[in-house]
Amino acid sequence: MTDAIETRQDPADDVVPVAERGPGTLRLLLRNPVSLVGSVVLLVVVLAALVGPWIAPYGVNDTDVSRALQGPSGAHWFGTDDLGRDVFSRVLVASRVSVEVALVSVGIALVVGVGVGLVSGYLGGITDGVLMRVVDVVFAFPVLLLALAIVAVLGPGLTSAMIAIGVVYTPIFARVARASTLSVRSEPYVQASRTMGTGNTYVVWHHVLPNISGPVIVQTSLSLAFAILSEAALSFLGLGVQPPRPSWGRMLFDAQDFVGVAWWLSVFPGAAILLTTLAFNLVGDGLGQVLDPKRRTQLAAQAGGR
Amino acid sequence: MPNLTKPFKPSAPVLAVDDLRVAIHGREIVHGVSFEVPDGGCLGVVGESGSGKSLTVLSATGLLDIPGASVSGSSRLGGAEGDVRDRVEIVGASRRTLRSVLGRRVGFVFQDPGTSLNPLLTLERQLTEGPEQHLGMTRRAARQHALDLLDAVGVPDPADRLHSYPHQLSGGQRQRVMIAVALACDPDLLIADEPTTALDVTTQAQVIDLVRSMQADRGMGVVWISHDLGVIGQVADEVTVLRQGEAVERNDTLGIFDAPQHDYTRLLLDARPVLGHPRRMPEPAPQPLVGVEDLHVTFTQRADSGTRRILAVQGVSFEVPRGTTLGIVGESGSGKSTIAGVLTRQTPADSGSVRLGDVDVLAAKGKEGRDLKRRIAMVFQDPFAALNPRATVSRSISEPLRVHHLLPKRDVDGRVRELLELVELPADFAERYPHQLSGGQRQRVCIARALACDPDVLILDESTASLDVSIQAKVIDLLLRLQAELELTYLFIAHDLAVVEQISHEVLVMHRGRAVEHRSSAELFADPREGYTRSLLAAIPPVRPRAALG
Repeated sequence: MTDAIETRQDPADDVVPVAERGPGTLRLLLRNPVSLVGSVVLLVVVLAALVGPWIAPYGVNDTDVSRALQGPSGAHWFGTDDLGRDVFSRVLVASRVSVEVALVSVGIALVVGVGVGLVSGYLGGITDGVLMRVVDVVFAFPVLLLALAIVAVLGPGLTSAMIAIGVVYTPIFARVARASTLSVRSEPYVQASRTMGTGNTYVVWHHVLPNISGPVIVQTSLSLAFAILSEAALSFLGLGVQPPRPSWGRMLFDAQDFVGVAWWLSVFPGAAILLTTLAFNLVGDGLGQVLDPKRRTQLAAQAGGR
Repeated sequence: MPNLTKPFKPSAPVLAVDDLRVAIHGREIVHGVSFEVPDGGCLGVVGESGSGKSLTVLSATGLLDIPGASVSGSSRLGGAEGDVRDRVEIVGASRRTLRSVLGRRVGFVFQDPGTSLNPLLTLERQLTEGPEQHLGMTRRAARQHALDLLDAVGVPDPADRLHSYPHQLSGGQRQRVMIAVALACDPDLLIADEPTTALDVTTQAQVIDLVRSMQADRGMGVVWISHDLGVIGQVADEVTVLRQGEAVERNDTLGIFDAPQHDYTRLLLDARPVLGHPRRMPEPAPQPLVGVEDLHVTFTQRADSGTRRILAVQGVSFEVPRGTTLGIVGESGSGKSTIAGVLTRQTPADSGSVRLGDVDVLAAKGKEGRDLKRRIAMVFQDPFAALNPRATVSRSISEPLRVHHLLPKRDVDGRVRELLELVELPADFAERYPHQLSGGQRQRVCIARALACDPDVLILDESTASLDVSIQAKVIDLLLRLQAELELTYLFIAHDLAVVEQISHEVLVMHRGRAVEHRSSAELFADPREGYTRSLLAAIPPVRPRAALG
């Protein structure tokens, strides 16, 4: 038996199905048209990254000087470059490098940054001071300069580019995580948990982490997009992926000599970067909403679905 | 003019609301409410959270700002003395019209004075904003006006206070300032939305007196929204009872109290915590379970001006026998919660001893220390903040079980169901999230969580203070039942003596860190010895409305 008259708290209350569980996370995500489009684009990019080399109509380094700098056509959808290489095949195959760089470098930044931020914000005191000053020092360097320095030490290549981008983005995650942890730490439910004799690890894992996930997810989707751009910038400077391996940034770099004569050389890799980063952002936003139980109830109610 | 069957006063109403309906995303939440605020009179709007009382009044005054909301019906703001030219229809009015009316002719006071004042502006800036905007006063004139206002609402040293920031004031003073801001343009109508709910009883009594005297001085109309009929009885001339967006009863205050027509009104009347209804008889005291002796706690506060020592608890001693309740009362800042902090080992004590059975709470280490956390559980004030919003009810309730590894994993679900049943919640609540529950339901979940490990002592820190009175009464029933069934020992910390009387065997009155009176509940309420205790008792809204006293 429950109180008959205390069931109504806010308008969302009586929309909530009592016994049933709401629709699954994925279904709820895909019900939002914006997230759906983002997910489809992302799926295409990931598929291209996985099977690109096998479905590309031409080899990425098959040169044919007689067909150099041809515009888009039935034979070459995205045209050909100055050495007669098929731009479509190169954009397709380069997606692997871009996705790999984005995932690995943001993965590094996420794990290290959130770890540092959580420890710093949760423990506070001297630990917080020391950790955050270190983070500040890293943060103070201009992004590209720091990446350049790291690549210079490790030598140019894909791995050093990923590490460099990862290091560059770590302070951002650390700050976001610390700021959110500071506010969550003082929430009554954390105090309530402490009075039960809960250990720090449990509190951080079960109370703090889920409640800082919102800003962290948004930061992740933003960073994924920026990591692709950073890789493009590093490759553009000749410090990232080395030729002959194609990458979107490298392709843009090579295209700059032909901007006036062959627009397709820069437009298609550029469009690939744009679409992928946009997709990461859209999916990140959608995910952030769906994973929040409160927003989730509202979404389920709006969709009228049970 | 709306058709009113029972005219209250001959003078024209300040606000006349007729068949007001509010729908959000097409779903009607307020179903045609009508009321009138007599000029110079006070209308009380009463109902529990979710009854649509704030929604109704806010849409009637054009302050409703929710996407997808549509308001229909009529709400007319009549000028003083019913001057037709001053009449403004609020529903459907342009933003421009609203801007000229809000603040100028309608003033607002909200529940939480901590958040409704801008923390970054001095009181002067907040008090002069309205007069400069609406009345075209000069800086200097507005400043003098602000001084007069602060003086009028009883803020001491107004000239000094003018340059203070809100955080430098106490909660009660902040609410006084908020009232001063609302009155700055000398409005015809004051809207007070639960203005005393966040304050303790003594401050509540002062704010009620203040608003009444302001009303009498300025002859303005007041709409007072509250969930507590006891408070409404002290301020209102006429009462509208709202339930689920419908006005179920309308009458003058005496009529509501003496001859309630609707069951719901009767329910609200019965739920009021009033003095003189003890449910506890003193029993032969068995062995004390909790023993606190000469407890001292100080905090050091570091500021730019140097460190300051705050004596939070000074030499408090008490004993609580097993299965009984000790009520600890006092205003905010009296050190009540510090005692709870020491017992749950969150706050270090300077000196003194605290014992649970034969365990020394202050010195316990290792297994004994962990065991103490299991044996002393706590229920917090705000059920909205005390539950992790990302964890299901089942996860929250089972947390202490998992932390203390008391049960094999496969038995946890069964225990959660058992606990839900114990606090009278349906079993399918286990998979819900906190935001899907009402305040009372959440507090039940918090109680279930506190009971998960079979504790000996339950510390209830203002656990019913933020609930509606009707729900508070039910939660207290639940607590009484649980105590009888499980032989629990309660430390009931509260500022409301009427609630304390209902649940406590003994009462400890705290004032500025000291225990000023500690006696059995029956004796203390029959014959309070200390002046401070008497002032606390006097602050409780009496059973009879003010109107009955003539």
